[in-house]
Amino acid sequence: MKTNDVILQTVTTVTVFIILTFAAYLFFAGHHDPGGGFIGGLMIASALILLYLAFDIELIHKGLPFDYKLLMGVGMALSLLTGIGAIVLQHPFLSHTFEYVDFPFFGEIELATSVLFELGVTLAVVGATLTIILSISEDV
Amino acid sequence: MSWLHIFILLPFLFAVIIPVLYKKFPKIHTGWFVLAAPAGIFAYLLSYIPMVAGGETTMYSLPWIPSLDIHFSLYVDGLGLIFALLITGIGSLVVFYSIYYLSKVREALHNFYVYLMMFMGAMLGLVLSDNLIVLYLFWELTSISSFLLIAYWYARRQSRYGAQKSMLITVFGGFAMLAAIIMFYIMGNTFSIRELLSQADQLVQHDLFIATMILLLLGAFTKSAQFPFHIWLPDAMEAPTPVSAYLHSATMVKAGIYLVARFTPIFGGTMEWFWIVTAVGLITLFWGSLLAVKQRDLKALLAFSTISQLGLIMSLLGMGSAALYYGGGETSQLHSAAILAAVFHLVNHSTFKGSLFMVVGIVDHETGTRDLRKLGGLMSIMPITFTIAIIGSLSMAGLPPFNGFLSKELFFTGTLNAASLDIFNMETYGALIPIVAWVASVFTFVYSLILVFKTFLGKFQPERLEKEAHEAPWGMLLPPLVLSVLVIGIFFVPNVLADYALEPMMASILPPLEGQFDIYIEAWHGFVPELFMTIGIVVIGLLLYLTLKKWLWLYNNMPRAMTITNAYNSGLKRMESGSRKITDLHMTGFVRDYLRYIFVLLIMIVGASLFLLDGFSFEVSNVAPINLYEMILAAVLVGAAAMVVLTRSRLTAVIGVGVLGYIVALFFVVLRAPDLALTQLAIETVSVALYLLCFYHLPRLRQRDEGDGLNVMNLVIALAVGTLVTLIALSANGHRMFPAISDFYEGGYELAGASNMVNAILADFRAFDTLLEIFVLAIAGLGVYSLIKLRLARRASDENQ
Repeated sequence: MKTNDVILQTVTTVTVFIILTFAAYLFFAGHHDPGGGFIGGLMIASALILLYLAFDIELIHKGLPFDYKLLMGVGMALSLLTGIGAIVLQHPFLSHTFEYVDFPFFGEIELATSVLFELGVTLAVVGATLTIILSISEDV
Repeated sequence: MSWLHIFILLPFLFAVIIPVLYKKFPKIHTGWFVLAAPAGIFAYLLSYIPMVAGGETTMYSLPWIPSLDIHFSLYVDGLGLIFALLITGIGSLVVFYSIYYLSKVREALHNFYVYLMMFMGAMLGLVLSDNLIVLYLFWELTSISSFLLIAYWYARRQSRYGAQKSMLITVFGGFAMLAAIIMFYIMGNTFSIRELLSQADQLVQHDLFIATMILLLLGAFTKSAQFPFHIWLPDAMEAPTPVSAYLHSATMVKAGIYLVARFTPIFGGTMEWFWIVTAVGLITLFWGSLLAVKQRDLKALLAFSTISQLGLIMSLLGMGSAALYYGGGETSQLHSAAILAAVFHLVNHSTFKGSLFMVVGIVDHETGTRDLRKLGGLMSIMPITFTIAIIGSLSMAGLPPFNGFLSKELFFTGTLNAASLDIFNMETYGALIPIVAWVASVFTFVYSLILVFKTFLGKFQPERLEKEAHEAPWGMLLPPLVLSVLVIGIFFVPNVLADYALEPMMASILPPLEGQFDIYIEAWHGFVPELFMTIGIVVIGLLLYLTLKKWLWLYNNMPRAMTITNAYNSGLKRMESGSRKITDLHMTGFVRDYLRYIFVLLIMIVGASLFLLDGFSFEVSNVAPINLYEMILAAVLVGAAAMVVLTRSRLTAVIGVGVLGYIVALFFVVLRAPDLALTQLAIETVSVALYLLCFYHLPRLRQRDEGDGLNVMNLVIALAVGTLVTLIALSANGHRMFPAISDFYEGGYELAGASNMVNAILADFRAFDTLLEIFVLAIAGLGVYSLIKLRLARRASDENQ
């Protein structure tokens, strides 16, 4: 019997963007408010899992042709490189810095190297979570 | 590095190049090259004789590990030099003998000579080393090379058994000796034997003195095959005969004698040393000679004879140590005769026992058997061998005109002197010493006669021999001939030997008496008790030999189960089965049992330290007030935990765990940790989903919904662990000695530009932890991926097949 999950799929298409937006908010808010790279990554992962639940794996794979293992490696490399970058500039490993820059139109915005580090964390978390879940789902 | 160092290390150098020579010159017997090493060292060592005979000693030091007081220092005095000369002299003869004994074609000669050179170098290092650690190193090296030599024909089961037995026993003693060496260092703060000897007076006072003595003697007794550790020597006779002649009669078994002699200046003069060394020596002497009579294998007979003679030397060293009690003067000189007898017999034994082993080797080589029951009547076929044999055995029996006579007379003098001692409770047991010694000597006489007469006299039985018997080649006869000449030569000019060798040796063993020795050995010294004892031995011994058939059956009545070898074998078996039982008992293979061990140990160790170190401390002054939310959440938490434990269904348990996780998230909310609460919610959801997945796929066969029954022991352990952790948490709170360092992180906005303190710590202040944690997560991800993918790949390949 083929089930008809049109409601689920419709709701998902809308909801995923809300979740992704919230995840982006959590990621960027982390510096000053609750949130951060780890929980942001988990939120992104949960949005993607919702897509996988509502649609076919092949279909999602066409739209999001990521190799999540690669994503995991990229995330780890990014975090590691922010630390190595500090060594290149003759600071101790993983020293971070921040600066307030006045952008046109956006106004004053804080730019911090720790955000790059957090981005690496996020990518690694998304990659690891989805690797685990997709591996298990393929096994069943 | 002195020349002496180079010569001591020469055998090791030879051991390295022997395999090359063996391969490069296959036509020439490798032994010819090897011969250069012992002969060269012997010649070099001879140059020290005048110096040592003049009462001087020298020391060459070479730093090895100076920070640990370990130096490769060589000390040349009478004792060390004579031992070294024996090692190299008999070593040369044995190498020469082995050239004719071992076939170039059939035997793995490179192995043999490498082991032999290793052994020779180790033995030289042992007797000349002044540093105890270096001495121990060489000591173990002799054990190892002896092990290799005994198992030279490793295809034979008996060889392997003998090698293992000797290894276990000598290494056991070696470890005991190592403990003694460490105790020496504790007592005297040095590893140098010289310096220890100079502190002998203080060492006697030390608490560890007796313990050190016993451990040291364990090492010496195991190496020198003293009762009850003698059992390895007869089984070591599986080695090739040159090895038996060299290691198990002349050199290695005397390492223990050397050790006892070397430490006599420290321990001598005490009652414990006197009694232990003397008694063990006498028992060994008696027991060895008693058992030698019943042996049917020539080498086994010689093995027990060696044991017995080593016991004789050991007991003499024990009796002579009484001389140190008096510390000089006439009484000391009287008792120093025993030391003279010991060192004299040591040299004599090396000569006649070496030649006898070589004779047995010749008989074995030329007739194909060593069994006394098959041998006989070889006198006319092997006249030279017979001559050598009769010289050796009569010297062993203690008859003139051979050197054994002189040392046996001196031995009786020593026992009679010891019996007349009025110290160390001697008046009670002293009279036993000469009696035991005399009886043992009678048996010595009997087995010496058996050795010669059963082999060479009687009826010739060619049909029972494996080969056609004929005289040995000259190369094989020459080494025992040289030793026989020495046996007779020493009898006629004993005082040359005494001046150049025995007196310096005695000076090393009894340093307080140095220069006071009045050594004059003579074959005839009137009608004294010693002479009558010897005549008695000859008369009774002859009678016993002639009536041998009438009483030899007595040996068969000795119960086999009572023997020490039997005790060793069954002890080894019992140790193996016992340790297997212990292992089987606790290594059950069940994880639940191992967890129990871990928890019980945790309770015992942590709980004990909490009680014993008075770790309880309950501080209530800095406790925060409890509000209603926390109480409600705690109640739900306890309920959920109880549900997980008590439920009979897995699904309920999983849901209970989920409840626990969400309550913890709520606690984080209440305790104002929003980041933690967010993460906890997400992670809990994921893990509950994974649990459900796992339980859904549990195999049907083992699916049991009823849950586990109540296990009282588990309940007790769990309660104890819970109580313990609670107590520790409460105590830790009471022990808060320093203010927290969190003040620093309140400057997070200025330092890291982040007002979210948690995030500033995670991404900035302590980002290293975070970095490694994402690595952990990634490794977990890859682990799951590879576990599943590899299994899928294997399943696919199985299906393809």
